[in-house]
Amino acid sequence: MVYKSPNKGMTVIVKTVTRLTLAFILIYGIYIGMTGGVSPGGGFTGGVILALAFVHIMLAFGKEAALRKLRANTLRMVMGPAAFIFLLGVATGRVPEEIGAICEMVIVGTGLFAIFIALVLASKSDRNSE
Amino acid sequence: MTAYILCFVLFSIGLFSVVRKRNIIKIIIGIGIMEYAVNLFLILIGYCKEGRVPILTEGQSIKNMVDPIPQAMVLVSIVLGLTLTLFLVAVAIRIYEKYGTFDITKINRLKG
Amino acid sequence: MTPQALVPYMIFVPLAAAFLIPPFGKKFKRAGDAIPCAASVCVTTLGLYLASSVALSKVLVHKPYGWQAPFGTAFVVDGLSGIFLVAMNIVALVVAVYSIGYLNTYTDRWKFSSLFMLMLAGINGVLISGDIFTLYVFLEIAAISGYFLVAFGIAPDGLEAAFKYAVMGALASVFVLLGIALIYAHTSTLSIAGIASVISVGQQTDVLKFATVLLLVAFSIKAALVPFHAWLPYAYSSAPAPISAMLAGVSTKVLGIYTIMRIFFVMFEMTPQVSMVLIALGVASMVVASILAFVQVDIKRLFAYSSISQIGYVALGLGVGTPLAVFGALFHLLNHSAFKPLLFLASGAITRLTGTRNLGKIRGVMKDSPVTGTATLVGSLSICGIPPLGGFWSKLIIILACIQAGRPVLALVAVVVSVLTLAYYFRSITQVIFGKSVIRGQREGAVTVSMAIAMVTLVIISASMAILLLPNTGNAVLKEAVSVILNGKSYSAMVAGVLK
Repeated sequence: MVYKSPNKGMTVIVKTVTRLTLAFILIYGIYIGMTGGVSPGGGFTGGVILALAFVHIMLAFGKEAALRKLRANTLRMVMGPAAFIFLLGVATGRVPEEIGAICEMVIVGTGLFAIFIALVLASKSDRNSE
Repeated sequence: MTAYILCFVLFSIGLFSVVRKRNIIKIIIGIGIMEYAVNLFLILIGYCKEGRVPILTEGQSIKNMVDPIPQAMVLVSIVLGLTLTLFLVAVAIRIYEKYGTFDITKINRLKG
Repeated sequence: MTPQALVPYMIFVPLAAAFLIPPFGKKFKRAGDAIPCAASVCVTTLGLYLASSVALSKVLVHKPYGWQAPFGTAFVVDGLSGIFLVAMNIVALVVAVYSIGYLNTYTDRWKFSSLFMLMLAGINGVLISGDIFTLYVFLEIAAISGYFLVAFGIAPDGLEAAFKYAVMGALASVFVLLGIALIYAHTSTLSIAGIASVISVGQQTDVLKFATVLLLVAFSIKAALVPFHAWLPYAYSSAPAPISAMLAGVSTKVLGIYTIMRIFFVMFEMTPQVSMVLIALGVASMVVASILAFVQVDIKRLFAYSSISQIGYVALGLGVGTPLAVFGALFHLLNHSAFKPLLFLASGAITRLTGTRNLGKIRGVMKDSPVTGTATLVGSLSICGIPPLGGFWSKLIIILACIQAGRPVLALVAVVVSVLTLAYYFRSITQVIFGKSVIRGQREGAVTVSMAIAMVTLVIISASMAILLLPNTGNAVLKEAVSVILNGKSYSAMVAGVLK
């Protein structure tokens, strides 16, 4: 399990709090992503919160833990089709609004997390992980 | 009016940082400051005194609403600025690996 | 579907290709090559169809999401953007074909293809957008994917060039956004037609003058006119050859010159001050860049400086502003976007043949690879203005237009720069093509089939550009674009008429 490596990441306090709050952050992100239109929220904001949840793991447990949860390959495989479906929705107007919101959330979340990963990996000069 | 002047001062600080600084990280920060000054300017354009959030809900009449179009423009331009900053930071990291310096005057392998 | 409904597909098709490449491109190498080419073919066909519909109906307007007239965005194709859509997409198709063969030594080619498609989507978006903020967004998409592509090789000089390019480009984008904000504050609308109609009623206020200056500076940076040209030689010489071709043939033209035409001729009314500035920038570009080109030892830097110099001709023609001058400028721009990509593609082949970009060491390309030699020869002859080729006619038209407009000094400058161009090409390129072959480095399979196909296509196109001057065929298309540039008022009237 990723949480069992005591030497990496930050102190035990941060790790425990992260473990406890992670589910709530994810649920809150999805909630914000699904509401929108007449109230504050929408796919972009939700996606940012989702990405921040994973960035949170990365800060607390180290980058290996976060990458084990969500690999760079997975990010690539998910982001492209999600963007394609969103584009299809924009082009034809036939894709339901909820699916569009989910896709936008996925695009923004994976995109921001991928940016973070790219910068972390570039700064440590070990680029074999991808 | 004061807000506009301060916004312009912020823009000038960013421009000064881009033009005069030699450290590439400071140049990147300068570009960020310029972008946010322009975003602030857009928000100021749309603002009206004691304006309300431009969300239409039931049972409320529309009056004294701030202009939503500049806010949409700012959202888009923030995302574009994020991409640009990402690119510049990634390139700065790689440049530091290859050249061993952040000084723009020493990064001059291309001459002529 | 009606042609109006097909307009936004100019953006959707390349974007869809860009999104589909990441999941498939790494596993299936062929898909990473085939998807961009297929998308380019689709977009080129679509562009031809749209351009032919524009020839019938003058303007195509698509309003997405059914917003009523003053609100919402609009995609507009008129005579000017129609001709650009066709020309730029053909160049992009040729570059996509070329890069199949050229990039077979690079790893992670799917990243290149994806970014290339994003860049094409940005270019098409700039060409069809009917409001300035959409134009800004697509301009940024095209520019940012351009920065990534310049840095694609991750060589030190590529990174350095990309950083300089990105900083200059970021300054330009911030200026554009500030200009748009000022215009929005003054007119309370973002659509180009709406702004044109508001401005034509009101006075020329200080706010608008400030916005004009900001936009002029920003687009001059994008077009690399002389005081703002510093990024261009770095970026062109360090980028992979297909990207140099794409930047030279498409990016500077659309992001710089097309936006100048659209904003300063169609949206704002052309003022004498702006045309004077354009003439000054044009003359400075022509003279300074062709003098600097004499001292270059790197073949791609030579082409980069000559690119700046040729863009100067276009700016000069636009600044003089008579119908003949604008016609010449537009024709020269189309010529240039045919022969400059050809030269850059040939330079990529030369680099692979000889392993060097140093003009002193490359000799006798014609003997080693006839296709590359012919491509370099035709491109150079056209850029020097040797009579049957297109470059001669466009330069002649610009010079004649300067004389006709009562500006013999400008005509003289154009003639002198033309001679200078001939001189530095003669001095540098003759040995490269015809000298005695002293090749080291990889020879076998250096010029692959797809590279040869791409270069031959561009040779044919740039040799036959003079067809556009024949009456009733290409001439009518060019005249239509010129009339769009010169009658800005009719644009807003036409678009507003369609919207109501």
